[in-house]
This record gives sequence, structure tokens and C-alpha cells, in this order.
Amino acid sequence: MSQYSWPDPATQPLLGKKILRIDGPSKSSGRAKYTYDYNPDGLLAGKIVRCPYAHARITSIDTSAAEKMPGVKAIEIVQKPGTEIFWAGDEIVGVAAVDEGTAEDAVRAIKVGYEVLPHFVSDAEPPKNLAPDTGPISQDDFESMEDNQVPDDEAIAILKKQGVSFTADEKWYKSMEGEGTDPKVIAALRAAKVLPPSESKSPYKRTATQKQGDPDKAFASAAATHEGVYGVPCIVHCCMESHGSASEWGGSNDLTVHISTQNLSGIAAQMAEPLNTPAANIRVLQQNIGGGFGSKFAADRWDIVAAKLSKSAGGKPVKMMLTREEEFEVAGMRPSAYARVKLAADKSGKLVAWQSNSWGTGGMGGGGTPPIPYIFDVPNQRKQHTAVATNQGSARAWRAPNHPQAALITMAAFEDLAAQLKMDPVDMLRANMDILGPRAKTYAEELEIAEQLMGWKQNWHPRGDKTAGPVKRGLGLSIHTWGGRGHNSDQDLSIHPDGSVDLKVGSQDLGTGTRTIIAMVIADTLGIPLEQVTVHIGDNRYPPSGGSGGSTTVGGVSSAARRGAVDARDMLLEKVAPALKAKPEELEVANGVVRVKTDPSRSLSWKDACAKIGAVPLTVRGKNPDKSKPPDLTNSGVGGVQMADVSVDAETGIVRVNKMVAVQDCGLVVNVETAESQVKGALIMGISYALYEEKILDPVTGRVLNPNLEFYRLAGLNDVGELVVHMMTGKGYDDRGVIGLAEPPVVSPGAAISNAVANAIGVRVPFLPLTPARVIDALEQGGVA
Amino acid sequence: MRPFEYASPNSKEQVAALLGTSWEQGAILAGGTDLLALMKDDVVTPRRLVNVKGIDTLRGTSYQPGNGLRIGALTTIAELADSKDLAQYPMLFEAVTEAASPQIRNLATIGGNMCQRPRCWYFRSGMGLMPMTKDGKSLVVAGDNRYAAILGTQTGAYFVSPSTIAPALIAYGAKVRIYSAKASGSGVRELPLGRFFITPKSAKEREHDLKPDEMVIELIVPPPPQNLKTGYFEVRQKAAFDWPLAMAAVALQMDGNTVKSARVVMGHVAPVPWVSDEAAATLVGKTITPDTAMAAANAAVTKAKPLSMNKYKITLAKAAVKRAVLKAGGAA
Ligand SMILES: Cc1cc2nc3c(=O)[nH]c(=O)nc-3n(C[C@H](O)[C@H](O)[C@H](O)COP(=O)(O)OP(=O)(O)OC[C@H]3O[C@@H](n4cnc5c(N)ncnc54)[C@H](O)[C@@H]3O)c2cc1C
Repeated sequence: MSQYSWPDPATQPLLGKKILRIDGPSKSSGRAKYTYDYNPDGLLAGKIVRCPYAHARITSIDTSAAEKMPGVKAIEIVQKPGTEIFWAGDEIVGVAAVDEGTAEDAVRAIKVGYEVLPHFVSDAEPPKNLAPDTGPISQDDFESMEDNQVPDDEAIAILKKQGVSFTADEKWYKSMEGEGTDPKVIAALRAAKVLPPSESKSPYKRTATQKQGDPDKAFASAAATHEGVYGVPCIVHCCMESHGSASEWGGSNDLTVHISTQNLSGIAAQMAEPLNTPAANIRVLQQNIGGGFGSKFAADRWDIVAAKLSKSAGGKPVKMMLTREEEFEVAGMRPSAYARVKLAADKSGKLVAWQSNSWGTGGMGGGGTPPIPYIFDVPNQRKQHTAVATNQGSARAWRAPNHPQAALITMAAFEDLAAQLKMDPVDMLRANMDILGPRAKTYAEELEIAEQLMGWKQNWHPRGDKTAGPVKRGLGLSIHTWGGRGHNSDQDLSIHPDGSVDLKVGSQDLGTGTRTIIAMVIADTLGIPLEQVTVHIGDNRYPPSGGSGGSTTVGGVSSAARRGAVDARDMLLEKVAPALKAKPEELEVANGVVRVKTDPSRSLSWKDACAKIGAVPLTVRGKNPDKSKPPDLTNSGVGGVQMADVSVDAETGIVRVNKMVAVQDCGLVVNVETAESQVKGALIMGISYALYEEKILDPVTGRVLNPNLEFYRLAGLNDVGELVVHMMTGKGYDDRGVIGLAEPPVVSPGAAISNAVANAIGVRVPFLPLTPARVIDALEQGGVA
Repeated sequence: MRPFEYASPNSKEQVAALLGTSWEQGAILAGGTDLLALMKDDVVTPRRLVNVKGIDTLRGTSYQPGNGLRIGALTTIAELADSKDLAQYPMLFEAVTEAASPQIRNLATIGGNMCQRPRCWYFRSGMGLMPMTKDGKSLVVAGDNRYAAILGTQTGAYFVSPSTIAPALIAYGAKVRIYSAKASGSGVRELPLGRFFITPKSAKEREHDLKPDEMVIELIVPPPPQNLKTGYFEVRQKAAFDWPLAMAAVALQMDGNTVKSARVVMGHVAPVPWVSDEAAATLVGKTITPDTAMAAANAAVTKAKPLSMNKYKITLAKAAVKRAVLKAGGAA
């Protein structure tokens, strides 16, 4: 039986080392091509007529003037008169023309009539005393529950309890399954009782109270109780490459789609039905993507429109890439989450009771429920969540859905309570190790390292920097967790008779180093240099691989690559054994040779060994998961600790991050370089949402006021400070297998920075982002200035 | 962007004829860093662009001890930052090096910087300088006004004047010279830069004293007196490439340790660069201490009228004035 288990990184040339991305040069030189760069001859530009109102009904559409314009090649009505539109920017009509300017002129020439309806865009605190919503779940409700990643058990429980108000057809079930809805949830849907729809037009949906233990008693006998309100607004993914695709039809009803996607192997199935074309006829391509962060799993409506326009235009390629403004209105955002929290501890700082009334919005669907209290299994709890439906484009997964919000709400309350108990939050965290769940030991080990790297003991002070001068300094902390089990991945690995090696997989490299990771695993397993391995991705004619979401890619692709490479190696050894007059199991590969383990002088160079393969390449299929080829090479569940050091100018309210420390586990680290860079990217993104990011909706017009990178600020290099990253390795980590890393490190920065600001100025700034306006406001309520 | 005619004259006399008498007829194209963005967003739709970059006489700086500094309207901000002629004007140097980003400074001209349009998000989405709700109320008052003006809003204009360089120039007493075919004599009229910026009284008016067929040709900055001390402070949320939330440029003419006369000019707090005579008055006859600086800061905002979301800007404006005064006084 072949040995698939991961080797000890200490014995491997590449595994667990710092290896530069193999596609680094193509990116830094600008040679790497993105969907946005796809500009074939005859390309038509696609544009969309969008609804300017946050809530309206279409009364008429007149495309006649646009149809007559020279250069306009196709027009496609997306939503017909009579349709109710629920957010500004929603798609009404698509246009394809010879160039962007002509397409824009055509968009302006299309006259759409609207009946403007009242809109609601506020996610301020809902009125008190709302009755819990117990009505049946509508089809829209359900779809938005899925969009907002309501946990499966919760969804099943709601369906059981509340029933549904619709009967769906098989096609719809299929499409939900295609978009990743768990079969158990689908089963619960099918089993749910069908009831008449509820009448309520209220934007608020309040869940029933969830209770655990005896919160009243616990609060009554607690040594300290803190009450506070905390929250995070809606923010936008801000992928540098906007969403979009280019579609073209070939002779026999074949569609080729270049698309900016995190889900290459999943796109054809999503486009097949709306285009009434077999998925087998749809070719999907993408070599590079300029960011996704959770917002690019679907073939979006504009992608379907582009394909339809192309068909009407005789198959000519139609490229439809969103503008920055469209990105802000329709291409997804992270839901807001706010909570009034009451948290209590005993004298030792151990948490005894939690109460929360939370709310938030993710568009019409209301928004995800943050998993609060985050990580801490507080024995006594009472909580209730209100989803607020607002007239804005729907939420999409945003790097670690719902976790950053939950971390902020929980860790801010935690440090406020520590301040009240006059405890160092590090000590108080230690006092709570036994309610930190399965990763408690990881947190304990990481906390010690983080403390060292931050110089916490020397630099931490109780709330409120009492030194003179307007600039106050403070430290804050947070912890986080994530799953990260590897997804399904099928890969074809070929060793060619000339010794070259290539791998084909229908995956995507989000800039995280997916190509590099695969090449490293194969090179190590085959004992050849990294440069000898070519990795082909980005084509759905290659074996399918999962979407890159939920931090599942590295575990999936590395496990499949390992299995395939072990099989390929062992098959090669069988072919080579006779020439070396040895049994296959007596052979090994290393340093570019095949040799006898006990007598390395009996060897063949890799090239000579491969010559024994025969006339055609040796090709094997590596898979993840693969129960027939144990052990499991991936795992789930990581922990991380982060600390922030900030300076706050108490006269201007400006916050600067001096330093961030991130101590992170992700099981076996395949590539320390790309792992650290993943964490640094997360810290930068975290600093950005902690200090700057907020999607601002105008209460009067219902439109996004800052759909640009001017008043939607992102951190620049000078705003980032020093980033210190420590990856956990060695015993207890390497042996767990490969676990994903993209999401966990982006969870804590908001909480850690908010805590550091509170520590600096002596008062909590309740909401992110920590703008001068909010800091000044908080200081007027108290604090050291 | 809508189709437009393009003209590239090489003398200022030709410019006026090409521009015409309404803003829709023609617009001056200098660096284009503002104008092209406005055209792409369909906020302005001039039928003709008059590219003035071919007029060489409008480019470059010169300094003469007697006459001061002359800056041609087409001089780029980057050229200004590199110019030795700014040696006598440290506050102007600071202002130009902190504005925008290197890419923008390379293209943006000083004339365009003075004439750039407000960044107000309602204006930028095509709703005009004084946007209104359906029932005729100010949209800025009813809507999101976190970045709106706190001073000089009596006419109902709530945008803030965008240039971060203008306050420094005004503090130095700069004048602007405008080519106007209709002006008597040479066709050039001159006015103090502070008066070039005006608060519109109705949606039809503009924020500059400039007619559609006029062109800014140069700025004249008088020679700084021997005993002039200056201080500049911007409150920017990000460390670079961000608009200030409030700023102040302060010029103090000293008599020994006491202030003989003062100019305090604030930016991003009003529809014009805001010259605070009240703040200046508190400084005259005083030495610069944290207390006198604070008194000037308080005086600068006594007339401030915040809206629902911009009260914090009063605090920020005070901090900017206080720190600029202290910097002028020699404290870092
Ligand atoms: C992201 C960003 C950040 C920025 N940050 C700052 C900042 O910190 N501080 C700051 O001051 N500015 C800042 N700017 C604005 C920038 O400085 C201006 O866009 C620039 O100065 C305009 O000059 P231009 O030559 O490109 O003008 P153009 O775009 O060519 O013209 C701007 C306007 O002025 C008119 N105009 C131009 N020249 C003349 C003239 N000679 N006579 C009459 N009218 C004329 C044009 O018709 C047009 O209406 C920023 C801009 C951006 C996009």
C-alpha cells in the first residue's frame, strides 16, 4: 500500500519552507492576463441600464431609439415592465455595442419608466418590543438565508418550526444545490409544511429568544456586569478587478466564457439553465483574478446577459465588466451587525452570563446572524437577533462571513468587562481557557507568543493612556477561529517520457499561491525541482475542483496533489525497478534521481527513469477526499490570536496603527511564504475595515453616496504600520494535516484595533470604522482627553 | 462620456472665442484630472474642450525679491514642488507636497487646482451645488452631511471648497490674474485670491468669480516680509492620498515676539477658503503660546453651525487652527 501521509517537513526540500510564488514574475511584470484584459478582435462592449431608485416598479421600457443607433449590436431586456425593483442599480436592460462609448450612449437612449416606491435603507436599531417573526419562510427569505450563510442547523430548525410559504419545482432545488446549499437543508425544505404567506410588510424580522442555562440567576450573582452597544456597518469587497465576463458563441452552439471567478468548475452548471445550453457546451476560462474575497462564486445576472447579447449579436464576443460604482451597488457587500450586549463575570474574570439583542442588514434578505458570543461558550445566555431588510444590493460572503462582526461584538464587550474588573485582558482570557472550546490549547500557546512579540507585559497599561500630550497609545487583543477543511478536488498528473511533469486541475489561483502549492507538493513527492512541474489551472476542461471559498482550497488541492503524485511516483518506480534490478518498494526518488534506498550508487537520473515510461505519458487522477487512499490529509478548525498597538490623536480623533501581531495556526503549513503573505493581506484588509470602510447609503435618495475609492477609503501603505506574523508549526500543528488560512486572520483586526483604541483613550468607540467623527464623539462622553 | 469638440489654441486670445458665453458651450482643459472625471460621471457636459496646455507663456514660475512669486496657471503641482522659487514660501511648499498623489500632482495644474469643482457627493452624482429634496429642502441637511461645511452656509450652500493649496496662497496674500476678453485695457483683471472664491446664492451660480469665457492665467504671491512666520496643518484621516477633514494655514507678521498682524485661513470647513478675521484678531498683540493659539482656535469656530452629522468638524477645525498657529509660532 502506498504511503500517502504527509512527510515530516524537516525532511523535505520545499514543504514548510518559504517558497516564492511561481507566478510572481508574470504578475509583477504585467504579463499576467486577467478577464479584464481579454480584448479579442471584434469585441463588443456590454453595458447595463440600471434602476436609479432604491425601490420602484418598472412601468415601461422603450428601446426603439437605442436600436436605431449605429454601432448598437444587441439589446436584451432583463426585467420587464411590471417588475418590482428592490435596490438601486438593479439590472433592467443590457446593451452590446461596438465600443464602450456607443454602449453608454445607447444606455442613455433607452427610456425606462418607473413608479417610484418608498424605500428603507437604515440599519439603525430596530424599535423595541417587536414581536418575534414566526411566519412561514418565503422563497426569497430562503434564498437570502443561504446568501447570508445562515448555519445549516439553524436553517433546518427554522424550516421545521416555521414552515414555508411556497412550493418549488425540481429545477429550483437543483439550482440551490448547485449553489452549495447542503443536501440536509434541501431535505428539510422538502419536508417543511407549506403555509399561506405572512402578510407583514415590516422590514424587521425578529427571531425567537434563544436561551441557555439560567442567565437571570447568573447575572444576579455575578461579580461584575458590563453593558455596551457595538457594531460594524455594511462594507464592500472592493476587488481591484471588478466583476464580469466575456462571452462568445462558436459554430455548434458552443459558449466560451472568460470570467472573473472564484468558482471556475462551478460556472458552466450555473449558466446552462438560463442560457438553455448544455453545460457540456460551455467552456470556462480564467488564468488570473484580481480579487474575489467571497463575492465571485456565481455566474451573475450580468454574465448571463452578456452571453445572451453575444448570441443575439451573432456570437461575437461581448465583454461586460462592472464599473466601480456598479461594484458598490450590486456586486455584494458584507452585512452589518450591531448588538446591545450584557456580559458578566465572576471575581476571577471568568465569564458567567451573556445577553444580546443583535440586528443587522444584508440587503432585502436581512443579513446574517453573527455567531455571538464568539468562541466563548458562556454557560448562561439569552439572545435574540433582528434581521433588517433594506433596499440595497444583497450581501455576499465576505472573507469569513459573520465572524469579524461576531469577534468585534464579543471581544469589545470582553475587554470592556476586563477594564471594569481592572484586569489585564490577557489574564482574563487565560481565566477563560476552559470555555474556549476545542482550540483552547492553541489559543493558550499562541497567546504566549503574541504577548512576547507585542511586548504586551511592558507596554500594556490600564484603560486610558495618562501620559501628557494629545497622542494616546494603547494595546488591544482578539482571538478567532475558522474551519478550513479542504474541498473536493480532482487532478490529472502526467509524467511525460521526457521527464517533464504537468498537472491539470479546474481550479483558480486567487493570488494566494494555489499554483505554487500544487507544484511544491508534486516536486517534493517526485524528488524533482519545482521548476520541472507545470501546473495548468483555469479551464473547466480540466478535472473539477471546488470553489475557492471558506478557506478550502489549499487543503483540497494539496491533498489531491499529494495522492496523485504518490501514485504516479509508485507507478514510475514499478517501471524503473527492472532496470535497477530492484523491487519497486526498494526504490526512492530524491534530488532528481531514482535510486535504491540501501545503495544510492545504483540510480537513474529522473530523465532516464522517465524514458522507461514508454511512448505515452503516465497519467493518474489524484482526488480529495479519497477514502480508499488514507489518511485524511486535511483537517478543520484553526485558532488565531492577534494584538494591535495604536496611537490616537485625541484632538483630531485620528487613529494610526503602529503594529499588529498575528499568531496563526493552519495545521501543516505547506508554504511559509504564501501563508505569511496571506496573513499580512488579511491584516491590511482588517486595518482598512477597522479604520475606514463603510458603505454609506443616503437616507433620502437610497443610493450609495461613496461608490468610489475616494470617500470609501482603503488603507494605503502608510496606514498599515508594522505587521508581525508568526505561523504555528511543529508538534500538534504539522500532524493535523493541511487547513485553510484565507479567512481566519481577517476576523480579529477590527476587534483588536477597537480594543487598542479603547485602551488608549479610556473610552469605547462603539462602532467601526473608527473615524475621527466617532472617536471625537466617544471622547466627548468621557475618556482621557 | 458624451461626444465633444476638441480645440487646441496656442494663445490666450484664441481661448476666449472658443469658450463661448455659457458653461455648456466650452470648458478649459488643463491637466484634466478633475474635468475628465466630471465628464465621465456626466456631471458636466461641455460641447467643446479647449485644451490650453499649448500656451507656453502660462507655464512656469519666477521669483523676484521686489515683486514676489509669479506662477503661470499651467504650472503643474509637481513642478511647483520642485521649484526653487518656493524657497521663500515654506507653507506653500508644504501645501503642494501634501496635495493629492504623485500621479495627480504630475498632471494637475495650479490653475486647475484653483478652479476645480467641489467633491460634495451630491454634486458629484449630478444633483448640483445646492441639491434639493423633492419638497424643496436642502438634500445635504436632510441627507448624509458628515463632510459638509460648518461655516459660511447661510445661502444654503453646504459643499466645502476643495483646494488645499488655496488657503496657503490666500494666507500669503496671493492675487489671481484672469484673462477676460471683455475686461478693459489689456484684457486682464486682477483680484485678491480670497475674493475669487464665492459662495453661490442659488443653484445657478458658481463657486468662482469667473465667467464662462474667462481664464485664470497666473497667480502672484507678494514677497514675504522679513518677519513673516507661517504654519500649516491638515487633518487627514489617512496618512496619504486623502482629502483633509479640516485644515488651516496661518501667516503671522511678527514684531519681535508679538504678532503685528495675522491671517488665519481654514480649508474644508466652508464653501470658500475661510478667512477668519475673528481668529486673526485674537492673535494681534499677543505672543504665541498654547493659550493664545487655543483662543484663536475657539474664535475661528464661534460662528460655526453644524448639521446633524458634522459637529466633529468643529473640533477638527479648532485642532487645525491651534496647531497651525503653534507651528507658526515656532512650536512643532
Ligand atoms: C483622488 C484625488 C485626490 C486629490 N487630493 C487633492 C488635495 O489633497 N488637495 C488639492 O488641492 N487637490 C486635490 N485633488 C484635486 C486636484 O488637485 C485637481 O483635480 C487638480 O488640481 C485640477 O487641475 P487640472 O489641471 O487637472 O484641472 P482640470 O481637470 O483640467 O480642470 C479643472 C476645472 O478647472 C477649469 N480650469 C482649468 N484650468 C483653468 C484655467 N486656467 N482657467 C479657468 N478655468 C480652468 C476646468 O475647466 C475645470 O472646470 C485631488 C484629486 C483627486 C482625484
